Amino acid sequence: MRQAIGMSIIVVTLFVLQGCAESGPYNRGVYMLMDTSGTYTKELDKAQHIINFILAKLNPEDSFAVARIDTGSFSEKDIVTKVTFDSRPSMANKQKRNFRDEIDKFVKNVKPSSFTDISSGILQAIEYLNEKQPGNKTILIFSDLKEELRKGFIRDIPLQLTGYDVVALNVTKLRSDNVDPREYMDRMELWQQRINSGGGNWRVINDLERLEGILKE
Amino acid sequence: MAFPDSLLIIPGAPVLSVMALLVLLSLLLYFARFPAHRSILALSRVLHNGLRLSAHSVMLAEKRLNQRNREVLLASGREAAEHIIEREFERIDATIRRDLAEYPALQRQLSEEITAIDEDYQKSTEVPPSPPGWVKAVEAVAKISAKDDPMVGNILNGIHGSLVKAHEKALAEYRKGSHERHRLLKGMMPHWRKLLTLLSQTDKRINSLLERSRTIDTKMDEYEEITKQTDRAVSMLSSSAMTQFFIASFVLAIAIGGAIINFNLIARPMQEMVGGASYLMGYKTANIAAMVIILVEVAMGLFLMESLRITRLFPVIGALDDKLRVRMIWVTFTILTLLASIEAGLAFMRERLSQEDAALVADLLSNSELVAATSNQWITTAAQMGMGFILPFALTFVAIPLESFIHSLRTVVGTLVSAVLRAAALILRLLGNVAHHGGSTLVNIYDLTIFLPMWFEKLIKNRKRNRQIKSFKEKHGAVRSNSNVQDTGEFQIGTRYSMGG
Repeated sequence: MRQAIGMSIIVVTLFVLQGCAESGPYNRGVYMLMDTSGTYTKELDKAQHIINFILAKLNPEDSFAVARIDTGSFSEKDIVTKVTFDSRPSMANKQKRNFRDEIDKFVKNVKPSSFTDISSGILQAIEYLNEKQPGNKTILIFSDLKEELRKGFIRDIPLQLTGYDVVALNVTKLRSDNVDPREYMDRMELWQQRINSGGGNWRVINDLERLEGILKE
Repeated sequence: MAFPDSLLIIPGAPVLSVMALLVLLSLLLYFARFPAHRSILALSRVLHNGLRLSAHSVMLAEKRLNQRNREVLLASGREAAEHIIEREFERIDATIRRDLAEYPALQRQLSEEITAIDEDYQKSTEVPPSPPGWVKAVEAVAKISAKDDPMVGNILNGIHGSLVKAHEKALAEYRKGSHERHRLLKGMMPHWRKLLTLLSQTDKRINSLLERSRTIDTKMDEYEEITKQTDRAVSMLSSSAMTQFFIASFVLAIAIGGAIINFNLIARPMQEMVGGASYLMGYKTANIAAMVIILVEVAMGLFLMESLRITRLFPVIGALDDKLRVRMIWVTFTILTLLASIEAGLAFMRERLSQEDAALVADLLSNSELVAATSNQWITTAAQMGMGFILPFALTFVAIPLESFIHSLRTVVGTLVSAVLRAAALILRLLGNVAHHGGSTLVNIYDLTIFLPMWFEKLIKNRKRNRQIKSFKEKHGAVRSNSNVQDTGEFQIGTRYSMGG
């Protein structure tokens, strides 16, 4: 009888300890890439709206980073602002307000870049999120997905996106797309193929009035 | 659907192959019919016996369970009856102690009142006034004739005057005496009233005792029924247990609703203490912490009720000496009050945090509709705080339905299991009978599948028999009677053989 009680206590303790160890993977990590090339900078107010929406949705201990896509995006310098929210909701609320203020400041002072290096932005996002090790990893790409690289830049790198949810937002049609819509479709297909071949899950959200499904529960 | 090549015994003719296979199968079954029949019948017998035995053992188990249920029910009923009778005796004891303690005082009061009344009565008795001593002398003087002597007349007049005066004086004294008696009689009224009140109080107490003794009589009758283990007592206790079970379940459901509201009041602010994203066994730690607080409140409530001897879930607490028990009452009550105060504070915090969350979301989404109206906010805050304070005390009373639920659950579960066992026994019996008759049916179905070889067999046998009859007739054509007898015998044998085959 005593042995049975002892065993039960050990089992319960192990259960509790295992439960404590599992506290990490329930949080979310979101990395948002904002295209700042050429005329796309005019779309950044929409990006602000999306960021605010995500801030409202995120919980304590979630991580969120916003980075710009410019000529060479594989750099920490391109991260506009990043945060891992405190475990206390009231502190997390304060951090959210600060985050929003940082973004507002960035949008006001942003300067358009000459090239659009999306691939390295994604690589940077992978690096950041792998370091944070959240339960759910989401990369948001706010861009027209037209990659333009500076001469000599090598971006033909396979992406390791297993367990990642990659969402393309506000993929606008370019003037050339209007001439030949196949360009747009090819572009979309190419990115989908790249993400899926890396093990990621690809989604596109162009209707910014319906952002409820942007983050998977 | 393609016919498998492996079964194609006549190449290029699947229909013929199927027919050939059917004939082969039929022949195979025909030659194996006797062992097959024996196997089927043996299997059906085995199944029938096995299921019958199982049904019997299940019935035995049900019987034992019923006996056990009966014992448990009677034991719990006896315990409950003893408890009630004990309580009634305690009440009688308390009444008698209280009344008997007052009895000498009451007796003294009564005797004082009676003495006072007696004294007053003695004082109020009418004393006849004694006739004055000189009346006889006056009578003698009054007999003297006053016609001859005017002096006598004067004397008599004087005597008359004195008599009138004496009469008036006596009358005044009589009136005074009557007045005094009336005053004394009037003074007796409060004594009588007090006497009446004291006697009616005594009457009331005696009646209360009589009432309690009648209750004890009823309970004792029930107790006797239980100790005699009569069917009436079992049925009464069982019905009572069922009623208790449903009532307790209903009240517990209400309590669970209260606990859920309580949980929602404190779960959000608990995130500020233990973190909003920490998980324990897949559940938010804040939610677990809130649940633990509620469960601690329920536990404290249970201990409080036990210490007050309202429930009897923990005999150890009930058996504690009174001093320790009273201490325990105060300790549990203090903890409950503290927890209730904490909950009220958390409810207040919840309201503040909710407002802050709503303001942030409204700010981020630029949605002014989400900003809560603050004019009447204090009402919800006060209501939440009030609920946070009251609900822990309300949950204390969960102990009472919980005790009833646990006690009645034994009976209800016992009855349910007994019903399940009875149903299982019935099903097993039914299956046993199905197995028994299923064997014969399977034998018949088996014979149906080999009807063709059997028909051939019968045909061959009939032909053989006819040939035998024919040759017999040819040999012994003259002797009809004997051949008839032999014919019948042959036919009977042949029929039996073909039927048996």
